[in-house]
Amino acid sequence: MTAPTGITRATLLKDLRLEWRSKDAINSMLFFSLLVVVVFSFSFDPTAEESRQIAGGLIWVAFLFAAVVALNQTWAREIRNQVLDAYRVSPAPANSLFLAKTLGNFIFVTVLEALMTPLFIVFYRLRALGPVWQLLLIAVLGTWALVVNGTFFAAISLRTRSREIMLPLLLFPISIPAILAMVQSTTAILNDESAHFYIVLLATYDLVFTTVCLLLFETVLNAE
Amino acid sequence: MKRAFPILGVLTAILLSYALYMALVGAPTEQTMGDVQRIFYYHVPSAWTAFTLFLLNFVASILYLVRRNPAADIIALVSAEVGVVFCAVVLVTGPIWARPVWGIWWAPGDIRLTSTLVLWLIYVSYLVLRRFSSSGQTPTLAAALAVLGALCVPFVYFSIWFFRTQHPQPVMGGGGSIDPRMLHVLLINWLAFLCFAFLVCWSRYRLETLQREVDQAHALESLLDPHGSMR
Amino acid sequence: MSGNGYLFAAYAATWIIHILYLGTIVSRYSRLKREIEGLKKPGVRS
Repeated sequence: MTAPTGITRATLLKDLRLEWRSKDAINSMLFFSLLVVVVFSFSFDPTAEESRQIAGGLIWVAFLFAAVVALNQTWAREIRNQVLDAYRVSPAPANSLFLAKTLGNFIFVTVLEALMTPLFIVFYRLRALGPVWQLLLIAVLGTWALVVNGTFFAAISLRTRSREIMLPLLLFPISIPAILAMVQSTTAILNDESAHFYIVLLATYDLVFTTVCLLLFETVLNAE
Repeated sequence: MKRAFPILGVLTAILLSYALYMALVGAPTEQTMGDVQRIFYYHVPSAWTAFTLFLLNFVASILYLVRRNPAADIIALVSAEVGVVFCAVVLVTGPIWARPVWGIWWAPGDIRLTSTLVLWLIYVSYLVLRRFSSSGQTPTLAAALAVLGALCVPFVYFSIWFFRTQHPQPVMGGGGSIDPRMLHVLLINWLAFLCFAFLVCWSRYRLETLQREVDQAHALESLLDPHGSMR
Repeated sequence: MSGNGYLFAAYAATWIIHILYLGTIVSRYSRLKREIEGLKKPGVRS
């Protein structure tokens, strides 16, 4: 029997390979990201000074939209091919599947963020006054927070009517403290202020919710 | 057991009336805010009652995940619903109090109101999940969501607390010590609302139990005689 | 609205919300009762 990490890696690689081959989801997500940035730039077109104040919020709202669209199709492929049922009866630990899915989503959303960020910098004439490495750290922690809860709630939403609206409906309220931390810390770094508290808060949030989601995923997968 | 309900109902009504009297007349008038401050005696106990109910929801959800006890599931549902109602009261009375005192209906950095709003959103999403999922899996999924929601609460509090230190906001209700007579009236109102919440939960519990029995009867009926409706 | 107007509004709002919720419980309960009567009717097979 393969070790759990082996299963995780195998599932993750399978997902990445499938995404790369089909390119459907990737291409539509890329275009969606561009659209979001452009629409935002028309809706919020401030002077350079104001933009630094609200850019933190704008970027993360855009990332949030992108994440929801990505998360909504997380389990779609599994559903289509009854993979979930196969997984339920296999001895493989459910955690491995969850971790693989989360990592896959994380990579996916990070790619989207990496594409949207230069666009935002250009449209809003952004320049980070504080340490840039902290911005990267915030991006990693924040994205993980959205993705770990999002993958979990996507699995829950599978068993509901109105699946697509259920995911953001469940995800947003619980993500509010994380979103507040992401936005405020990004704004702080852009304005050369301290983001320490929010970064620690985000890290703690990630730790707590990753642990609990891992603990509860098996229950959710097998819920009958 | 059935006779206890009307008796408790009358007692609670008396307690609520007494608490109301104390809030409006018995309690001393606050110096800076005047009589408007008396909203405090309904606003704060409602918040404390809501938090108590959400705590009950958390415990019941964990109990369900561990023991799969159907009663625990019903208690989780009931406490979330009634908690959302009390939370709504807090969110309505808060701005009504804020408006004459601060001149604005809402302050985003007000830690108590904003945390309560997020809490309300979390538990409304819990209720929506219960409504939208198919009945076999609902208790388990909802319990999982409840655990995550409850764990979120400290983060909600701390994130808004820090936000407030960066964006100073008017402070509601004063930070300092409270007049013991006011505390007395506050606690009486809290006790009254707790009793009221208990009775409401009890009614809702009975309703839910009955509903599930009827649903089971329907299911059994269609199992035993699937063509009955066509006759 | 004077200060007392807000005070009255807050207390009234509190009880309106509670009464509305209790109303939903009561109406669901009476609907259930009717359903139970329907289930008990002669249509029941032994």
